[in-house]
Amino acid sequence: MSTRRLAENQPESFEFTPENRAWLDAQIAKYPPGRQQSAVIPALWKAQKQHDYWLPQKAIEKVADILGMPYIRVLEVATFYSMFNLEPVGKYFVQLCGTTPCLLRGADAIIRVCQERIGPQRQVTGDGMFSWAEVECLGACCNAPMVQINDDYYEDLDAASFSKLLDDLAAGRPTHIGPQNGRLRSEPFGGLTSLTEFYGADGKSGPLSDMNAAHQPACPEK
Amino acid sequence: MTKIIVDGAELDVPPEYTVLQACEAAGKEIPRFCYHERLSIAGNCRMCLVEVKGGPPKPMASCANSVRDLRPGPNGEPPVVLTNSPMVKKAREGVMEFLLINHPLDCPICDQGGECDLQDQALAYGRDRSRYAESKHAVDNKYIGPLVKTEMTRCIHCTRCVRFTAEICGTSDMGMIGRGEDSEITTYLQQAMTSELQGNVADLCPVGALLPKPQNFRARPWEYNKIPGVDVMDALGSAIRIDTRGREVMRILPRVNEAVNEEWISDKTRQVVDGLKTQRLDRPFVRENGKLRPATWQQAFAAVAAKVKAAAANKIGFIGGDLCAVEDLFAAKSLAEALGTRNIDARQDGARLDPALGRASYIFNPTVEGIDRADALLIVGSNPRWESPVLNARIRRRWRAGNFPIALIGEPFDLTYSYDYLGAGPEVLAKIANYQESGEGFGETLAKAERPLILVGQGALARDDGSAILALAAKLGAPKGDWTGLAVLHTAASRVGALDIGFVPGAGGLDAQAMAKAGAQDVVFLVGADEIAVEPGAFVVYIGSHGDRGAHRADVILPGAAYTEKSGTYVNTEGRVQMSDRAAFPPGEAREDWAIFRALSASLGKPLPFDSLAQLRGKLYASCPWLGAIDAIPATDAAGLASLPGGELGQGALVSAISDFYLTNPIARASRVMGECSALAKARRTAQAAE
Repeated sequence: MSTRRLAENQPESFEFTPENRAWLDAQIAKYPPGRQQSAVIPALWKAQKQHDYWLPQKAIEKVADILGMPYIRVLEVATFYSMFNLEPVGKYFVQLCGTTPCLLRGADAIIRVCQERIGPQRQVTGDGMFSWAEVECLGACCNAPMVQINDDYYEDLDAASFSKLLDDLAAGRPTHIGPQNGRLRSEPFGGLTSLTEFYGADGKSGPLSDMNAAHQPACPEK
Repeated sequence: MTKIIVDGAELDVPPEYTVLQACEAAGKEIPRFCYHERLSIAGNCRMCLVEVKGGPPKPMASCANSVRDLRPGPNGEPPVVLTNSPMVKKAREGVMEFLLINHPLDCPICDQGGECDLQDQALAYGRDRSRYAESKHAVDNKYIGPLVKTEMTRCIHCTRCVRFTAEICGTSDMGMIGRGEDSEITTYLQQAMTSELQGNVADLCPVGALLPKPQNFRARPWEYNKIPGVDVMDALGSAIRIDTRGREVMRILPRVNEAVNEEWISDKTRQVVDGLKTQRLDRPFVRENGKLRPATWQQAFAAVAAKVKAAAANKIGFIGGDLCAVEDLFAAKSLAEALGTRNIDARQDGARLDPALGRASYIFNPTVEGIDRADALLIVGSNPRWESPVLNARIRRRWRAGNFPIALIGEPFDLTYSYDYLGAGPEVLAKIANYQESGEGFGETLAKAERPLILVGQGALARDDGSAILALAAKLGAPKGDWTGLAVLHTAASRVGALDIGFVPGAGGLDAQAMAKAGAQDVVFLVGADEIAVEPGAFVVYIGSHGDRGAHRADVILPGAAYTEKSGTYVNTEGRVQMSDRAAFPPGEAREDWAIFRALSASLGKPLPFDSLAQLRGKLYASCPWLGAIDAIPATDAAGLASLPGGELGQGALVSAISDFYLTNPIARASRVMGECSALAKARRTAQAAE
């Protein structure tokens, strides 16, 4: 990751929607009086979700005003965490894990697909559908390689399945969240190899018999 | 107390000491970058590593661990700390190597060179060559204001500046954005810092990342002559070090004086330097046909003598200025006495302060250090953030320590701490004084407090009802045990000294405001007095250093010395007597002010009874013995404070005596840097008002 700056083109203003403001007030109320700054990360997070997944300057200042913090303190938080985007992202924002376990399992092939289909990192495609960025470990190493698209994890990828995933997203088709190779969660690929007398047969665990039932729309609202 | 063994020597230290403090108590020097005595502990530079026996088998950051957390040995022996073992040396060398990875080795073109912590410590812990072959990173320079220049590639992320602006200044101007190796120190979107103490970040910076902008590429630290001085920009009397090269004052830095300014100075104190070189009066001037023309000293003296001899004694007046040393005013007063006039006054603003009411009625009785012990504060007609920023930082520190109710009567202002705003007018003060009847809550708080501090600004005293306000404040701040709460915050460095020597009208004499009226006087001597407009009619003689309001009005100008160019005594707002040394010489034909009065007295035929500064001081100490005790606050009898003569309270809001922090005196008004700061601050206030 390199130096992060606020986007050049900034909206004139930012205002929380009434629902989000009510939600934020409930978050602030969790903390003792005078300690409302503790809500800065939830506040920024909500502001980002409300604003097409990126934080404009006015949102940072709004959060600071609500929480009674100097602007620089909120800017510090917003620039520290890579989960806060300071520039516009695509409708589908792909955060690709490039840390060691994913790389050993073939993340470089996924990176190539991103470069070919989406373009350079942190650049939104012309149609506004996609952008991508390489991030550090997202904590799904047993399902490596993986990406996070908006709020959802897509795991056990290879170049083909990832390419198909992008096709599905672009076409608005429903996608399957989680492992893309038929694996259930992080259980062994191809069925249980241990404790088989307890699990697997009764449907509590093991590979799903009906893949279609597992299809869900990919993060409908952002 | 806890026992600890540092490098084989056992010593007793308080348990709350950090290991670093304990090592210093043992006389060991611990290198550090991020640690600073007056800031919170960050523990991020790792330069202060020491080896601890009984702790984890790794070096320990001595600044971030306290002595009480160290474990004793197996048989209850005191914990052992090693500050110069091979492991410590190797660890610190490793830290230094990492710090230097991204630090440019540009010492030859860096202004910090010669007074750089990193340079000094690299001498002890650096390798002789780099093992780092990869490319170094570079960081964009940031604009953070007109006083501090940035060279951010040199930054080692100690965050001293961030902690200083957040904790001491209270403005939270600076921050560290980004993370890891992409961290950058900046202000919010590169806006100018807003604190009046911002210049101190350049002193705090251990490397050459933050440097004083006006002194950019001007001189090397070893070229300076370093002269101790006393600041006159406000009445706090901060201890300063005046650095000169040749005849020129190059920069002003703080000196440590725990009782007054600790180690901070305000931006005006620090960067007024360029004002010492511009608008200087370097030769006498005489007004002829409405125009000032250069003259010789003899011609100027002759012009003055002609007017003085023609005037009746009670038609001659002396007005003392705000930046004068006690010696200057004493010489002026001696001349006034020789001429037989009682029209002398140093209170240009008309403050209702009178030495006849006792010294306790016009000084900051609790003392500046006493702010740390106060347990309630009432601010009356003052804006301490502008009238004395360093003192304000002390109030803020006391407020941060907690349990310190503060209330304000006067102009609401962002003082960097929170306070109860009680109202604008003097009637609120009366309510507090009579809280039993009025039920004003803060009156009860003050009455219950053991050490209440009543801070009275000049804005509250320079009014027609100033005496009544002073009497009410003095009643609230009357002695409680050994604590006297009345704290008069002056704005003029010369004021307390002037009141001490009685530079006020004698019996039947006119005060400054009356002297300035048209037709009141035939001859008025302005002794560096630039804050008062003398109405047409009088023949004005201006003795001072800068071509400002007083000189523009003057008929004869006698060029004097600025505060860096004379040895002088100054009495600060708490009554502390301090003496400064001469750091440079006055320009051209200008002379020290006392010597001008001595020479003038001879040409008036009434020679003053001293021929040297030492003789003058002898006379001064004979009449005011307490002024001879340098760096001391003379004991004062405060018993009379409870019953000062009052009067009718007037109407109208109390406003601070200062409307523009950066332009309060002739030297500051001559400074380009101060002008820039003033314009920035004004634009900021306009923008805030528009919101």
